Amino acid sequence: MTDSGLPHGSVRDVLDDLRTQLPEHLLITDPTQLRTYECDGLTSHRVTPALVVLADTVEQIVATVRACARRRVPFVARGSGTGLSGGALPHADGVLIVTSRLRTLHSIRREDQRAVGDPGVINLAVSKAANPEGYYFAPDPSSQQICSIGGNVAENSGGAHCLKYGFTSGHVLALDVVTPAGEQVTLGTEAPDAPGYDLLGAFVGSEGTLGIATRATLRLTRLPEEVRTILAGFATIDQAGAATSAIIAAGIVPAAIEIMDALAIEAAEKAVSCGYPAGAGAVLVVELDGSALEVAHEYAAVEAICLETGCFEFRMATDAFERAEIWKGRKSAFAAVGRISPDYIVQDGVVPRTSLSAVLHRMGEISAEKGVRVANVFHAGDGNLHPLVLFDASEPGATERAEEVSGMILDLCIEHGGSITGEHGVGLDKARYMPRMFDADDLDSMQLIRCAFDPAGIANPGKIYPTPRLCGERPRIRQGSHPLAADGVEVF
Amino acid sequence: MSLLRAVLSAACEVREAEDADHVDGVRPQVVARPRTTDEVSALLRACHGRGLTVVARGNGTKLSWGRPPERCEVLLDTTGLDALVEHSRGDLVAIVGAGMPLARLQALLAEGGHQLVVDDPLGSTVGGAVATNLSGPRRMWTGAIRDLVIGVKYVRADGVVAKAGGRVVKNVAGYDLAKLLTGSYGTLAVITEVTLRLHPLPEASRWVTLDVGPEQLPGVLAAVVHSQLVPRALELHAPPDGALQVSALLEGSADGATARAEALAAQLDGARVSSAPPAWWGQLPEGDLLMKTTARLSGVPQLVAHATSLGLGVRGSAGTGVLYAAGRSGGAGLRRAAVVQSLRTLSIELGGSTVALDAPADVKPQLDSWGPVPAIDLMRRVKQEFDPARTLAPGRFVGGI
Repeated sequence: MTDSGLPHGSVRDVLDDLRTQLPEHLLITDPTQLRTYECDGLTSHRVTPALVVLADTVEQIVATVRACARRRVPFVARGSGTGLSGGALPHADGVLIVTSRLRTLHSIRREDQRAVGDPGVINLAVSKAANPEGYYFAPDPSSQQICSIGGNVAENSGGAHCLKYGFTSGHVLALDVVTPAGEQVTLGTEAPDAPGYDLLGAFVGSEGTLGIATRATLRLTRLPEEVRTILAGFATIDQAGAATSAIIAAGIVPAAIEIMDALAIEAAEKAVSCGYPAGAGAVLVVELDGSALEVAHEYAAVEAICLETGCFEFRMATDAFERAEIWKGRKSAFAAVGRISPDYIVQDGVVPRTSLSAVLHRMGEISAEKGVRVANVFHAGDGNLHPLVLFDASEPGATERAEEVSGMILDLCIEHGGSITGEHGVGLDKARYMPRMFDADDLDSMQLIRCAFDPAGIANPGKIYPTPRLCGERPRIRQGSHPLAADGVEVF
Repeated sequence: MSLLRAVLSAACEVREAEDADHVDGVRPQVVARPRTTDEVSALLRACHGRGLTVVARGNGTKLSWGRPPERCEVLLDTTGLDALVEHSRGDLVAIVGAGMPLARLQALLAEGGHQLVVDDPLGSTVGGAVATNLSGPRRMWTGAIRDLVIGVKYVRADGVVAKAGGRVVKNVAGYDLAKLLTGSYGTLAVITEVTLRLHPLPEASRWVTLDVGPEQLPGVLAAVVHSQLVPRALELHAPPDGALQVSALLEGSADGATARAEALAAQLDGARVSSAPPAWWGQLPEGDLLMKTTARLSGVPQLVAHATSLGLGVRGSAGTGVLYAAGRSGGAGLRRAAVVQSLRTLSIELGGSTVALDAPADVKPQLDSWGPVPAIDLMRRVKQEFDPARTLAPGRFVGGI
């Protein structure tokens, strides 16, 4: 079923349509090849698509979407496939449209602080191209070496530095979009504040449910004059948390504030020998950037705060090499837990910064009660937690226990007024948690946008919202008669 | 008491409208002043069920922006929704009623060392600023108010109460309806409560100001924009017949802000550093025809030159390409329509747009206020989904929405 509740047509018909328009080698129907696309970065969910289209041009994307629209066949867009919430999980009776071959970066314009690129352009490629001009693309998800701009737009990707610089939505000025009905529209303008509804703002982060972005106009950010990266070792995670609060209270907005707990440090040491302070119960990574004068001032304040809150080791990186050394442990943390556990779930939840300590304590209790280890790596500055729930799938019941703990962590985030996802998206994975964070009217109202873009419900159905809204004619208010006549009263 | 007032009084406090309550020349019959989201809901249910049209008003400072509504029976005065629900200092987040005046909010936030980075020359409420996506000089630092709204509670035209976003800055759960509602001029829903991202107040603010000849403008703007001294604003003041001025704002620690301002001034011929802004800072240009006109950064000098050649004064954010132009020139409506069209044509060529925000009542009918809007069909469908009966401010927004 599509999200409109109507049965969809056959992928066979779509394939017949496309064979007349696209070269055969771009249409994947071989079952073995199709299985290559059965999951994205969330490998616990796998679905083999009925057809994969490897688009080389925007016209091919448009042709595919139009063929799907004609037959009411679901389609899912996929960039590099690095998403962690199953947003690009294929539909078994649908078409997977791969945009990663559209990789042209059309322009880097320093004078306008803009870059224009195809959806398959790799995030880091934008910064690499802009660096010689003194600019970069600020959103920096950990997967930035492989994730695509199209995926960043779909997920409204963040990264460690969005504490200061914001998410993707603040760095996209315009998008060329193919709507699920097959229309090609441009949302936004190269300058900010395009007239009309901010459909651009609604599209970014819509996880492929409102259409496919085929070209993006991005904001480039001036490289800072100075960057100082600090690594501070603490005996306890509470102390590191207290330091974070004190830094924010001092009016400092660092580019990033990250915390890793003892288990995450252990994993990172085993994986990449990052040389974090021995015996630390927590490490705090603080990155300050900006004008050299201000960075020096903030650095002194951060150092004083860390010492006051009990830090036993304080290091600073001043050059790119040393900075990379400090970040190495942090950025490898997810993969590194593979060294200390055969299986793990990467969770993504957000709590108000002021609730961090309470939430971490409760998480520790849950972990102890359930006998499930949880390693913590998080963007402390904005309360974005990435608990890594460790388990051994070969142990009977372990997977279920880990999933239970993972779900309890999300409930904990909601209890404290936070969110079920800070940057990984809802996708398929968390659709069932949406009703815990939003009530039926909230979800129904959000889906009014869906109905405007995709009344047939064929764009990435089943993602974000657990219960699709039926789009269709709603009762209209009669027009023409006097407003008060309906009350049976005389009219003025 | 009129029947309308009697009928709607079940929902909230309602009074008869006066002449001063007109919405861009359209006189409502009653003014309703709900004090809670539930009262807004009851009021909208009552209006929606009877086909009554409703326009929301905060302090009314931008009520004539856009097109006049086709009809307006009920003016919804939001100033009763003026609570500071919460100022969470450790989270740098505030939850505030839509009717809260921005100036009062800033005073309350300042007690905790915080601010909402929205410059408001007009005396707006929070709701009014959100409805028009207001922005001022410091948008170069933190964006427009769209980039600071992290959650909304709103009432749909049919009276259904809903929320979107949340109270944490980092949150990608569900569509970002807060962005959709921001800048929608009250045509999709009535926002009753807004959750805002705050920033710490700076220790010091310094302005670097200089007179610039038109031929030097591109170089001066580029020097500031590409500077690593992190200016938080770059404003331009171009009176129709006077000298161009440019001013940059640097904020931070007391020593740092001064040193950075002096470093920037040293790069710019004839620049002076001051601890107070120039008198025109953050003010809209004078004139009864007010336009918002935008361009890519490199197009700003050309747009400014063209606007002044049309007899318009220009002010605004040269550092982001979002400018305001205004004038009293021409007198006749036709001439003004031509001015708007001329500026619009160039701004579109330069990657932007031009909207005639406000104009005298006798001129507006001859103006195309909003101009061509890409994706207008999608916008109509969004309106159709949210407000199929066209209860909220019909005709005020783009494409007659």
